[in-house]
Amino acid sequence: MILKGRKVMKGRAEGEALVSSDGISFYGGVEPETGKVVEKGHPLEGQCVTGKILVFPTGKGSTVGSYTIYDMKKRGTAPLAIVNHEIETIIAVGAIISEIPCVDQIDINKIKTGDKVKVDGDSGKVEIA
Amino acid sequence: MKLTKEEQEMLEGKHGNAVKSSMDILVSLGEIFDARRLIDVSSVQIAGVSYHNLGEAGLSYLGDLALDGKVRVLTTLNPAGMDMENWKALGIPEDFAEKQIKVIEAFKKMGVVTTCTCTPYFIGNTPHFGEHVAWSESSAVCYANSVLGLKTNREGGPSALASALTGKTPEFGTHLEENRQAKVIVNVNAKMDTITDFGALGYVIGKNIGKKVALIRGVKKASIEQLKSFCASIATYGGTALFHMEGITPNKTRVPKESVAVSQKEIDAAKRELNDGGVDPDIYAIGCPHLSLKEVEEIAKMLEGKKVKKEMWVCVARPIKKIADQMGYTKIIEKSGAKMACDTCMVVAPIKGRFKCLATDSAKGCFYARGKNKFNIVFKEIPELVKEATR
Repeated sequence: MILKGRKVMKGRAEGEALVSSDGISFYGGVEPETGKVVEKGHPLEGQCVTGKILVFPTGKGSTVGSYTIYDMKKRGTAPLAIVNHEIETIIAVGAIISEIPCVDQIDINKIKTGDKVKVDGDSGKVEIA
Repeated sequence: MKLTKEEQEMLEGKHGNAVKSSMDILVSLGEIFDARRLIDVSSVQIAGVSYHNLGEAGLSYLGDLALDGKVRVLTTLNPAGMDMENWKALGIPEDFAEKQIKVIEAFKKMGVVTTCTCTPYFIGNTPHFGEHVAWSESSAVCYANSVLGLKTNREGGPSALASALTGKTPEFGTHLEENRQAKVIVNVNAKMDTITDFGALGYVIGKNIGKKVALIRGVKKASIEQLKSFCASIATYGGTALFHMEGITPNKTRVPKESVAVSQKEIDAAKRELNDGGVDPDIYAIGCPHLSLKEVEEIAKMLEGKKVKKEMWVCVARPIKKIADQMGYTKIIEKSGAKMACDTCMVVAPIKGRFKCLATDSAKGCFYARGKNKFNIVFKEIPELVKEATR
């Protein structure tokens, strides 16, 4: 199945999806050293986003979150790609400065955790194998 | 998005690497949010200054831009993780201080005015009504749009820095007149006299209507200090970038149909919600956002001839402290045992674990003390805080 969305950051990635029903705050909500979600009560609490195609509705929280994404990329704990329902500036800027492929305007209900997913940031497409 | 010839050249790297990577950010944002063009900005306020928030990667990001980047407009900085001169007295570890100094040096190299305050409008970064700017720091953004009548989106650290290095921002969101019109009337049926009244009002409205632009009615008068407190609170609890307050703020707006009301009961309930109780405060912190000169003078008067028995931080911008030095306020405050904390505050300084309960007059300060530092909180007026701390 191919889902058509919009390009936020170019680049391609292929991997396993990790899907969250709630928004993600990278600053304070994700630990850059380990890539683990640490926000109390978050649906992904305790799970690791590293090397995953990270799928969530939208970003939230402090604008410092863009730097957290960049920090994770440098440490090697970042997700492979980001897929959002609706992008906002924290995630967009984080993906751009960290060069992480990113697509939004995707119906994320169609993607399940564990799906094999291809993200094409250049054309804004997400393919589920 | 349509770019001018010069902007196209900036994007292609003809103006250097820092300009190129800044344009990458601004043009991408413009395309994502359907901006038609880039517009010039006359002033920038940058967040993402505390090393605690930036980390090693953030520092190296700034270092890369500082290789050939120079700001093109007046640019000031948000608070850092420590007082840049007096950090030892505030108990900041040496290795943290070393990194924080490197962060400030990188900004300085780019030509940023390194004043480190959340109140740039008190220290000379004050464009005139209607100017487009690129500010981060949620409380300052709300104050800029609503009280000063400037036009800015809620920028993050990297996008604000990109605007400083290019003098540009994509034209969308709060830059456009149609997005600055009120969507809901908020009728305030409660007594609005003090800083915590306004802090509680921001808490209630922010939680009720979120980011919607409000036309607030029923507030008869408000000082700049009260508006500062209100802006910080409504931006923290609602993500608000802009509001209108009838008879007080300068922007024009259409009058919306939808309306909600705020009662005295809700204000009282908000104040109770911002008081945890249980433990006695072991730190008293005032100046979130940083204090005005008038507030510093008032606190000096309250502290004159008294001794504080608890840790007490009085947070101000360094230029305001310089005037306080000149007027003798600093001497009085420090003689009482309270500490003047410049360039920083209780929100961004690395104080987690050092205290159990923070007392403040700031509704915004309460949010971060609770969430980030896991402190219990006490929310009271400054005279009450001073009374308790000196008892």
